[in-house]
Amino acid sequence: MGFEKFGRRSFMAATKVAPFVDFLAEGKIMGSVCRDCGAKAFPPRSDCVACLSPNVDWFEMPNKGTLATFSTLQYAPVGFEADAPYTLGLVEFPDGLKLFARLAEDTNLDDVKVGMDVTVRTKEYDDGQLSFEIVKA
Amino acid sequence: MPSKDVAIIGVGQSSFVRGYEGSIKELAFEAFREAMQDAKITQKDVDASIFCSAPEYDKQRSPAGVMAEYLGLIPQPTFYLENVCSSSSQGVKVAYSMIKAGLHDLVVVCGFQKMSEISSAESQERMGRGADIQWESPFGTMMPGYYALYAQAYMAANGLTLDDLMSVRIKSGTYGQINERAVYRKGVSAADFDPTNEKARMWGPVASPLRVGDCCANADGSSCIILASADRAKALCEKPIWIMGLGAASAAVNMPGRPDFTKGLQGPHLASAEAYKMAGITAADVDVAEVHDCFTIAEIMAYEGLGFAPVGDGKQLIRDKETYKEGRIPVNVDGGLLSKGHPVGATGGSQMRTIVLQLRGEAGPMQVKDPEIGLVHNVGGVGLYSNVTILGR
Ligand SMILES: [Zn+2]
Repeated sequence: MGFEKFGRRSFMAATKVAPFVDFLAEGKIMGSVCRDCGAKAFPPRSDCVACLSPNVDWFEMPNKGTLATFSTLQYAPVGFEADAPYTLGLVEFPDGLKLFARLAEDTNLDDVKVGMDVTVRTKEYDDGQLSFEIVKA
Repeated sequence: MPSKDVAIIGVGQSSFVRGYEGSIKELAFEAFREAMQDAKITQKDVDASIFCSAPEYDKQRSPAGVMAEYLGLIPQPTFYLENVCSSSSQGVKVAYSMIKAGLHDLVVVCGFQKMSEISSAESQERMGRGADIQWESPFGTMMPGYYALYAQAYMAANGLTLDDLMSVRIKSGTYGQINERAVYRKGVSAADFDPTNEKARMWGPVASPLRVGDCCANADGSSCIILASADRAKALCEKPIWIMGLGAASAAVNMPGRPDFTKGLQGPHLASAEAYKMAGITAADVDVAEVHDCFTIAEIMAYEGLGFAPVGDGKQLIRDKETYKEGRIPVNVDGGLLSKGHPVGATGGSQMRTIVLQLRGEAGPMQVKDPEIGLVHNVGGVGLYSNVTILGR
């Protein structure tokens, strides 16, 4: 399986981190960790930016974090129109890693505040696309 | 004392309009003609040219060649430079470098963008690929949404209000009205942001917390800046405007790579520090500035990134009207991107033209009282590329 299955709509297929999508199918959100220097990255990458090593492994991302910021989009680019409005957000985890995604569709926007506790989980769309999303804790 | 090595000797820009009725070559020629007549030179005087735009809006492949032909700048060397919204500021920086290195003595930098060259649907499709197409575009991202992420976190932390953002838009409207090259020539008032006002829908939500009135106007337009070595500038020009300082920085495209959103964009802090150091000045020495107000929040963040206000306190400048023409540090007194319009590749050059006219005392109704040092802050993407240029008499 290639990367074309990632997200609401993917723009590319070939990447060495395509197994990320297989993990999503198993309900796991994975980051990358360098076998040589231990540097962690999210989104995952196949080359360590800290020590340039190609020896990179997977690790499962933390689940609980806080919402650093968010925005509800009323208009959407081509291919996403049917979803609007939807809310994008950025999660900060205690270890310093961050994650960008949409908030779950059923989120009550009146309750959404900068700094609130959130969790993250995988998401499968009706058409089989695989992603991850942010949920109010 | 900063060196006076490279000067701007000619500036031009087209009117910024919706749906330009001509080709990109004809659009570029409008700015080129004005800059050449301003510099009082002919094509024989030009040693090289740089063309700047965001290529995703062009049907023309490799625009520099056709532009150089149409402008009569062949067989001199020409090339193309892309830095999205800050393309023409980077073009000026590259021209400065070429002149300073002694490769060329006189270089034309022409920025252009015909955003209406492609259909609205095509444009929307390209907008959707404005982020990292691997990790962020798949969520359905748009430029207003990204600046909104900064606005949301910044407002929660620093007490900036929607009324403060409206005040930025009202200021830009004040000057857009008197700038005959602006795409949006109407004044803006608080009534336009009133949700019961069905005629002026500036209150309409776009990407929370940003509203229609918080977003700049797309436009077609061109700009042209002509740079020359000190010897050539002194020989050709009565009022050369010197490039005193240049600074630039990049930032992560992916939002997880960005530091604290409550403190705004970081690139301009780095770019301005570099430019101030090169110019041998501080923020307090700047008499007039053009900042990249693609959204109202961007102008507030720019005040802080440039050191005009402490981080978190930019709101005070707009509340006290210190960035109006009569204030302590006039900002975007040509209407800025919000009212003048934002033809991506032309924007940086248009900002430079405004500052050059200000420093020469030729800015007409927009003229600030006797400025000696001016600054241009031009940002590509969501702070992806930050450019600060300091100009002096
Ligand atoms: Zn490493």
